[in-house]
Amino acid sequence: MQSIHVDTFDDWRDAARRLLASGVSPTDVQWIGGAERSLFDDAPSPTAAEHGGRGTTPSVPKAFLELARYVACHRESGRWSLLYRTLWRLTHGERHLLQVTTDDDVHQLMQMRKGVSRDIHKMKAFVRFRKLETGGAEEQFVAWHRPDHRIVRLAAPFFARRFGGMHWSILTPDESVTWDQTSLHYGPGVPASEAPNQDALEDLWKAYYASIFNPARVKVAAMKREMPVRHWPTLPEATLIDDLLRQAPARADAMIQTNEGFAETAAHFMPERGDLVSLRLAAANCRACPLHQCATQTVFGEGSPSARIVLVGEQPGDREDIQGHPFVGPAGKLLDEALKHAGIERREVYITNVVKHFKFKETETPRGKRRLHQKPDSREIYACRPWLEAELAAIGPQVIVCLGATAAQALFGRDFAITKDRGNVMRTDWCDITIATWHPAAILRMQDASRQTQMRTQLVEDLTSVK
Amino acid sequence: MDVRDKLTVLADAAKYDASCASSGSKTTRPGSTIGSTEGMGICHSYTPDGRCVSLLKILLTNYCIYDCQYCVNRISSDTPRARFTVDEVVSLTMEFYKRNYIEGLFLSSGIIQTSDYTMEQLIAVAKKLRTEQRYGGYIHLKTIPNASQSLIEEAGLWADRLSVNIELPTEGDLYKLAPEKKKPQIEGAMAGIRNKIDETKQEQKAGFKPPRFTPAGQSTQMIVGATDTPDVEVLKTASQLYSLQNLRRVYYSAYSPIPHADARLPGQSPPLVREHRLYQADWLIRFYGFDASEIVAEADQNLSLDIDPKLAWSLANRHYFPVDVNKASREELLRVPGIGARNVKRILNIRRFQSLASGDMKKLRVAWNRAKFFVLTADHNPALLNLDKLDLRAKAKPKTKQLLLFDAASSALSGEV
Ligand code: SF4
Repeated sequence: MQSIHVDTFDDWRDAARRLLASGVSPTDVQWIGGAERSLFDDAPSPTAAEHGGRGTTPSVPKAFLELARYVACHRESGRWSLLYRTLWRLTHGERHLLQVTTDDDVHQLMQMRKGVSRDIHKMKAFVRFRKLETGGAEEQFVAWHRPDHRIVRLAAPFFARRFGGMHWSILTPDESVTWDQTSLHYGPGVPASEAPNQDALEDLWKAYYASIFNPARVKVAAMKREMPVRHWPTLPEATLIDDLLRQAPARADAMIQTNEGFAETAAHFMPERGDLVSLRLAAANCRACPLHQCATQTVFGEGSPSARIVLVGEQPGDREDIQGHPFVGPAGKLLDEALKHAGIERREVYITNVVKHFKFKETETPRGKRRLHQKPDSREIYACRPWLEAELAAIGPQVIVCLGATAAQALFGRDFAITKDRGNVMRTDWCDITIATWHPAAILRMQDASRQTQMRTQLVEDLTSVK
Repeated sequence: MDVRDKLTVLADAAKYDASCASSGSKTTRPGSTIGSTEGMGICHSYTPDGRCVSLLKILLTNYCIYDCQYCVNRISSDTPRARFTVDEVVSLTMEFYKRNYIEGLFLSSGIIQTSDYTMEQLIAVAKKLRTEQRYGGYIHLKTIPNASQSLIEEAGLWADRLSVNIELPTEGDLYKLAPEKKKPQIEGAMAGIRNKIDETKQEQKAGFKPPRFTPAGQSTQMIVGATDTPDVEVLKTASQLYSLQNLRRVYYSAYSPIPHADARLPGQSPPLVREHRLYQADWLIRFYGFDASEIVAEADQNLSLDIDPKLAWSLANRHYFPVDVNKASREELLRVPGIGARNVKRILNIRRFQSLASGDMKKLRVAWNRAKFFVLTADHNPALLNLDKLDLRAKAKPKTKQLLLFDAASSALSGEV
């Protein structure tokens, strides 16, 4: 029985090559790991090992040398004898041994390599550089990291490639490495206490980390599997985890607030048949947005089912809400007048609104309570629009007249500007002639008398133009 | 608003985006001094939602002129708003990257002013990173809907990956929830990128050195569950995108509509698990030779939530089994539940030298609890007797639901089954 001391992969390779050449069986060798400091002092490339044997040793599959280089970095003390035993088997009739991953030795080697590879990967991921406040022109970055295995030299070239234009050092308990923008220099291990302990950027990084976390999907076990707790001490963001978890329920609630209800639109209340009668009945029960709660009733469109012209307003007002018919209040009177001037019979057209419920704010006035009209928001317009679309589909008009900006934006998109595009004939998905004009209520609200007259005239002109 | 506050708002707004991978570019841009891309991406951190942080994933702004109903940035949402300058994003990316916090940048944006204007801003960020900072790390830009083709092409010069969001599985869904977005336009943009990629490849083959164009290809994201479109349609759309547009990835993002107060727990099993099942099915389509329509076996055209799609397929196709691990072809082995592609490769290797018994299968760490009902091994495998029993589904089903959610968290990375 021989005892062999090895510290590094190169030691092992030299010894193994010698033993193999003299036919020493694995059972006759005892491998003893030494101080195990740096593994690859003047490490030649793995292929050099194949050529260095002066032809006395049988050739070894390249895959094995690569595997051995990784396994050599594992902390498990049995690795040297396992490697030699495998080498022996490979060269004594089991050349394909490495393919047989169910073999105990191979399996164990693979597990060890997996451990080392994973550790290298984690080093690439979890090294956190901190910028030194040197005041010099060159930025200097230092990281402290604790790998499980002796992988510094396997991982360092990655950092050289990635951070080529930076001065950096990575310190680990076993070994350290520095990059001066040209080459890598290895040195002794360094305790964590000697590494810089802060970086101004960490605050921003933590802010990012906290915000990108989705509190509606807490999966702590999955996180810990990928980011083992033993690495947390060197990860600045890990200090946030407890708080984030604690705040998660409240934040998830806030998310619901911003999202709530959007799944629901009038589409959920659509009747099977799309005729106006069925639509009107169904719309009476619509609860797709909160407006139905305070309003008296749904005010659905009215008029000829075969109308050539459909007029679309914004939403019912106070009178309309009480009576249940569109355009019956003061604005309706004005509209009737304008229609008459334009030579259009009200009973020939179909009149409806983008939003079918009255939206208001109740206010105290000296003459008692009053319901003040409020503009519908786009949430309500969106929720209600399926009714309008169904009405248009049922009627198939040749002309659509949008009364006011809200109606026009619902049909043309929100960048439609009524002041600019009033009266222009446009094409929409619903018909070829679609125009927008003033809402009668807007005319009534206009303080400036001459302007009001002008708007009235324009309303009549616009209606006449599509007659 | 300072950068920190903006970061808080604009990262928060990006947290719904499912894309995370930073892989695909195998070589680093020549001439860069900071940053590399090496084929396999690195997850630099994990958040308590179990998802990885590999990219600085932010929006340039979350203001938006559109009103897509599934999106928190829609104009009608009352979410807090912010906007980064181009320089702020460039500097954040560089500073984070130099500290090894991230693998690169994933930048998208709400639409401000016009689509083209917004797209130009995204391009400005990427261009500045490449030319002024000599940054060689990963950049993924999400193209802006309706941006002009020339701008998308320019973006591809600076970015490693472009994504054009398909948004919703069908044209009808788009019409309902995002009327400003049109399927032909979206697919046109994808086709434009695909053509440019193909062109670049052809030039490379012919020996020219064309400028790099999205070396990591293109991907897309689909919101699932905002409408009642069934999984089979989702997967058909995905398969089409893979074959017609040559996409690298389709990301699925489960939408959790919360219409009633009693469903006030978002992210509960149904949407998350559905997302997970879609990733698994997607994987089967891309790597296992399955077809979208055969994977979805349920009458309602949806994937089963309680078992994975391969197991579901196997239960519905028992005549296909048992498969002999020592004789079956690669394609046949790939269809066995619990045996993944990597293990199929190992099995094929090993059996050239020796035959495999059930003990070997366990050593390979196949999911023996599922696989055992479907395979012949060199030794006696008593579990096979269950193959034509009625209660096989109950027997083969994973025991705990917990495990399922555990998997679901990481399934965007791979849906391997
Ligand atoms: S365009 Fe984008 S950001 Fe804007 S509302 Fe639609 S999905 Fe949201």
